[in-house]
Amino acid sequence: MGEMVAIGRRNFLKITAAAGGGLLVGFYLPERASASEPASSDPAAFVPNAWIRVGTDDVVTLMVASSEMGQGVMTAIPMLAADEMDADWSRVRIETAPAARAYFNPLIGQQLTGGSTAVRAFWMPVRQAGAAARAVLLDAAAETWQVPAAECRTENGAVIHPPSGRRLGYGALARRAATLPVPKTVFLKEPSEFRLIGTPVPRVDTHAKVTGKAVFGQDVQLRGMLTALVLRCPVFGGKLAGFEAAAALAVPGVRRVFAIDSGVAVVADGFWPAKVGRDALRVRWEEGALAGLSSALIEQRFQAAARRPGAVARSVGNAGAAEARSARKLDAIYQVPYLAHACMEPMNCTADVRPDGCDIWVPTQAQTGAQQTAVRITGLAEERVRIHTTFLGGGFGRRSEQDFVAEAVQISKAVGAPVKLQWTREDDMRHDFYRPATYNRLSAGIGAHGALQSWRHHIVGPSIFARVFPKSVKNGIDPTSVEGAANLPYAVPNIHVSYVLDDPGVPVGFWRSVGSSQNTFVTECFLDEIAHATGKDPYQLRRSLLKKHPRHLAVLELAASKAGWGSPPPPGRHRGIAVAGSFGSYVAEVAEVSISERGRLRVHRVVCAVDCGMVVNPDTVVAQMESAIVFGLSAALADEITIKDGRVQQSNFDNYPVLRMDNMPEIEVHIVHSAESPGGIGEPGTPPIAPAVANAVFAATGRPVRRLPIRVG
Amino acid sequence: MMRIYVNGTPHSVEVDPSTPLLWVLRETIGLTGTKYGCGIAACGACTVHVDGQPLRSCITPISSVSGKHITTIEGLSADGSHPVQRAWIAEEVPQCGFCQSGQIMTAVALLEKNPRPSDADIDDAMSGIICRCGTYQRIRRAIRRAVRNMAKEA
Ligand code: FES
Ligand code: FES
Repeated sequence: MGEMVAIGRRNFLKITAAAGGGLLVGFYLPERASASEPASSDPAAFVPNAWIRVGTDDVVTLMVASSEMGQGVMTAIPMLAADEMDADWSRVRIETAPAARAYFNPLIGQQLTGGSTAVRAFWMPVRQAGAAARAVLLDAAAETWQVPAAECRTENGAVIHPPSGRRLGYGALARRAATLPVPKTVFLKEPSEFRLIGTPVPRVDTHAKVTGKAVFGQDVQLRGMLTALVLRCPVFGGKLAGFEAAAALAVPGVRRVFAIDSGVAVVADGFWPAKVGRDALRVRWEEGALAGLSSALIEQRFQAAARRPGAVARSVGNAGAAEARSARKLDAIYQVPYLAHACMEPMNCTADVRPDGCDIWVPTQAQTGAQQTAVRITGLAEERVRIHTTFLGGGFGRRSEQDFVAEAVQISKAVGAPVKLQWTREDDMRHDFYRPATYNRLSAGIGAHGALQSWRHHIVGPSIFARVFPKSVKNGIDPTSVEGAANLPYAVPNIHVSYVLDDPGVPVGFWRSVGSSQNTFVTECFLDEIAHATGKDPYQLRRSLLKKHPRHLAVLELAASKAGWGSPPPPGRHRGIAVAGSFGSYVAEVAEVSISERGRLRVHRVVCAVDCGMVVNPDTVVAQMESAIVFGLSAALADEITIKDGRVQQSNFDNYPVLRMDNMPEIEVHIVHSAESPGGIGEPGTPPIAPAVANAVFAATGRPVRRLPIRVG
Repeated sequence: MMRIYVNGTPHSVEVDPSTPLLWVLRETIGLTGTKYGCGIAACGACTVHVDGQPLRSCITPISSVSGKHITTIEGLSADGSHPVQRAWIAEEVPQCGFCQSGQIMTAVALLEKNPRPSDADIDDAMSGIICRCGTYQRIRRAIRRAVRNMAKEA
């Protein structure tokens, strides 16, 4: 066996008997139990903490505390525990955890799926829990047989004693194992001992998703449930001034119409009457200060803000002085628009608020946030608010927000019945927390022999953390606004990265790969401008500047070689390359594009190389790279949220066109073998794609692309 | 009162005749495999078959399908054994899964009409169905696999 690990101080494991005589391994969090949470005898206030349950019937139930939104976490996390405990994968059942402290993501400090952290956060604790389960099952067998534990082994859901050929399934050992003390140390497997980790275990949710049986938030049905739609002020920050409900109430099936914090709720027997009722509603808004806001004004405002010096995110050497001394200077303005998430499943939440408790069925990335939101609105104790996480029809960061939860809870509380709050696609697109628009001033100093002497990047844009984690904005820097910029990996002797927080008032939030989604476009495209200006090959320039970053370099070289960089592309095609490290992983992509005579841009092929450390499930890694590339391609080629009269101009997929199959390139993904600890996979594939495509367009046209979405000609 | 046949079962429904078929399927009949994604025939998540033809149920008033036979994802097979579903499983297509009922129903309709589609036919038929998770490449592969499955079994 591999590494011996002491059970961590933060995640105390607890071993108890499960109902029916099984074994239960839980995370026990003593800080909370001793401080604010008095031992309760109220069964309704039972605080769940189970991670592993071994039933006497040999079924092993594994908890997943992260939200399944397509990234395969419902398969990956159980693989970690099952591997360490040598469970029989065919007897594993998977359950989605409720909201409770035992399920907090240790990297985030709450139950939240985001930042591509799930595997990184649970890699050690869940494996430890699995190893502890294995240890007590093995000890239970040794006790039963009266043989030394060292003579026993575990394999596929059973303990075996090779000298005597005896074998006992975990189910038969569970009762005795539950009486044994928690081991002080456990042995974790060496990677060479993994049976599941590193193999393409089929996703556990596929069958439900090809038969229509998977229950998304939208699909929750409860007895006596009503459906609500909300009419919200189209102008950001606007307030309700008054409304006339009569016409809406006249629609058959409409039950109630009333004001809530975010607008006017129309509650009906089903979606259609609620929709027809909402359409009939007459509302007056106080549009407020942002009524005149437009995309043009935002751009002007950013231009003005760019004159301010900003907070320094990174400073190496003296970029200003080096630039002044340099033989040549390059500069450019780069801009990116606001973007909507456009999850395939529009926002929704079903709440059943009763005087003594509240149940919420919700496709959420943020269980703790949902629970706290309901606690705040209902005044109920935390333990009385139960969060049931459904499948998520996409998340991409949008579902870490609580706006839809708050609405559902308010409405259910007001009507005293279970209510499904459903957003239309138009609601979803116009009331998002958008990927920040930014304005970037770049300059570079080039020495007499073409060497890059200085790099300056000045970023202007709104801050996500200013709203969601204001304490994390330190010295004027929101780390998410400068990620992908401040950590520029290139060896440049003088670097200056600065940030001006300027918020025009359009709400902003986490969007797949966050700051790296825009900053990687800016930095990787500007680097190609430098290559072009100094007559260097973009790939070779990167190689020469990445000598101190072997993981960047390895993915760069792999992607380039697989894409045939250096040999001429097929006739009419042009290549672009980009590389980025984000969320603990490294990804390089090469895009091959063509531009027709009529100016139609097509991406034909994308070659991706990824180093995400140790791989839990290689097929999931490939799928997430494909997914992240398509998501980024939509943004590179088409997506843009624009503002006029304080309103979002886009409303649905007809005017916010996302990538469809007719524009889908061939994507090939190559995984770098790595023994490093796991990195994220949900997001790191997105940052390099926009610059790879933009750089290919630059190669084709000779004109740099400095603005997204890419417009050719 | 209107009568429709869903996956072979007759249903009498009493709703406003302008109600889209989608909501009758999802809320009145309780078959939630068919999804709401856009409501304007732009995403394909709501695709069902009406008398064998793929149709966007979100913009189809129930009154216009009175007396017709409707097939939803639930009616394809009870257990995921339809050759297209099996191909989807073998290629591990779904990510979040939300679009997949519409994808599968569209692919089934394509293969019923055209059992040997070219790559261009596939792109053509499938481009109406959005997948924000970007599973398009696997969908292409799964359709080619389904073609092989169906040819073998024919
Ligand atoms: S919901 Fe019908 S096409 Fe989108
Ligand atoms: S699998 Fe998520 S939208 Fe297609």
